Amino acid sequence: MAKLKVKNVTFNYASVPILKDVCIELDKSEMLGVVGPNGAGKSTLLRCIDRILSPQEGCILLDGEDIKNMHLMELAKKVGYIPQSATQVFPATVFDTVLMGRRPHVGWRSSEEDLEKVLDTLQMMHIEDLAMRDINEVSGGQQQKIFIACALAQEPEILLLDEPTSNLDIKHQLEVMDIIKNIVVERGISAIMAIHDLNLAARYTDRIIMMNGGHIYAAGEPSAVLTPENINHAYGVEVEVINHNGRLYVLPIRPVRC
Amino acid sequence: MKMTSSTETIPETGKRAKIKAQYKKFIGRKITFILFCVLLIFAIAGVAATLGSFPITVAEVYTIIWDGLFQTPETTKEVVVWNLRLPRIIMAILAGAGLAIAGTMMQGILRNPLASPFTLGIASSAGFGAVIAITLGAGFITGEYLIVVNAFLFSLIPTFVIIGLTRYKRATPETMILAGIAMMYIFSALTHLINYFAEAEAVKEAYFWMVGSLGRASWDELLPVTIVLVVCTIPLMWKSWDVNVMGAGDERAKSLGVNVERTRILILIISSLLTAGIVCFTGTIGFVGLVAPHICRIIIGGDVRFLIPASGLFGAAFLLACDLIARTIMAPVILMVGIVTSLVGGPFLFFLLLRRRKEYW
Repeated sequence: MAKLKVKNVTFNYASVPILKDVCIELDKSEMLGVVGPNGAGKSTLLRCIDRILSPQEGCILLDGEDIKNMHLMELAKKVGYIPQSATQVFPATVFDTVLMGRRPHVGWRSSEEDLEKVLDTLQMMHIEDLAMRDINEVSGGQQQKIFIACALAQEPEILLLDEPTSNLDIKHQLEVMDIIKNIVVERGISAIMAIHDLNLAARYTDRIIMMNGGHIYAAGEPSAVLTPENINHAYGVEVEVINHNGRLYVLPIRPVRC
Repeated sequence: MKMTSSTETIPETGKRAKIKAQYKKFIGRKITFILFCVLLIFAIAGVAATLGSFPITVAEVYTIIWDGLFQTPETTKEVVVWNLRLPRIIMAILAGAGLAIAGTMMQGILRNPLASPFTLGIASSAGFGAVIAITLGAGFITGEYLIVVNAFLFSLIPTFVIIGLTRYKRATPETMILAGIAMMYIFSALTHLINYFAEAEAVKEAYFWMVGSLGRASWDELLPVTIVLVVCTIPLMWKSWDVNVMGAGDERAKSLGVNVERTRILILIISSLLTAGIVCFTGTIGFVGLVAPHICRIIIGGDVRFLIPASGLFGAAFLLACDLIARTIMAPVILMVGIVTSLVGGPFLFFLLLRRRKEYW
């Protein structure tokens, strides 16, 4: 049975349709990429899956159970979400920020076990040296790693990532994607990732859905979805797709005038 | 699912132990600061109880307070300390603690360093309620407690308006603060309007009330204030984890299982009740609720679980110290404590901003 099923989800914001009849299935230990131009509904889809937004129509089933009927804390134990950007106004150490990921699992006091798990996560993300620094003092790339660490400390079964690489330089992009890929493989987590960079999507995801104007325009293996025709239609950009050492690369040529 | 380090990150036990030790030390520092504030309160209270026309030494004060716990005060000294000086001191402690805790929580849930009982309109609406009672003699009840009850009920108006707003529109923290500021202006304009036409005596009393003073504190008033403080602080402490999580943004908080909208409104109501329960007796003492949380964040960091007791105790010590200054600096003239809190707290905050090391401060 599929881990997650998104069934005919429709979402309107102030009666403007953002998602129209979206259906997705996600298997255990699968990494799904969501691509599409700005405003296609990628972020909205992720927010609906984590119940930050409630779709007007359709339902989302997690292990066969409708998430609408789940307690918020129960959902938080199973689904972790990393938003595109987070705003920490007041000071917080990196350690405390990652410890927040334990919120669904802990009571008022954090136990020794929680501290150990935070340490594990910090080490896995290679950010243990930042532990006692303030989160507003570290670089954007390091912040992104911290937020991923926070979601991992949550120990979810499904990880939702909204543009995890948008603030990162090319080295951090690869590092972060490698870490996510490893977790998905090693721990059997499923991941859905909204991503702009088509080359990263092609390289790291098992399957891609391409969205345009709230619909799913194309879905399938990266090589089947990332075709010049699809990209031209969804983004309005003429591209060349090249195969280099068995990997797919999308080379933009020019925007199409319509 | 079991959390294990992947093969490439073999646990470096030395490093782990070091981070853990640092974290424990960090928590130890917070607890030390809290204990330091408790000692500070005892010290300032001891000095404050010696002030007044009747000479009593600090050592005598502590003895009298200790003895008074077990027997009713008999000698003049005992009566002076217990009946005249202690109520004012305890009121300063309770009011300082309550206002600081309310400010901490409002800043936390609204993620805004400017949030305080003042900027949310609570203080000015309480002031308006009191002024109506003082100058017009009109209010919800009549008699001795007219001013107190009126101030209390009026001070809840901004909170209910803000909650009403969230029912019709998705109110963001920014909307809530702007609505609070709008109400602050409306109520202070109405207060000025009434004062403009009021008798000189009434205006003077109203003025005293709006600046805030501890001069009228008596044992009768301490009981309700204590109850309000205890009853409100317990649920706020209980929700402190959720407020921590909300500090990282609504979306992150929601994905961590916190019902953000409900928590925000619940804490707003409790903080408003706490503020109302204090200012209706003391008048609108400013600045404690804004500055105490900031000072404590600079010293012990932003974890709300520790910030509530720390800023509460620091606020208590701060207000007590300000009242001490208010009574001595121009003696025998006793200044209103509200003037001193702003005159001392303002430059103090400036000083901290100038020597800030981190981005936020």
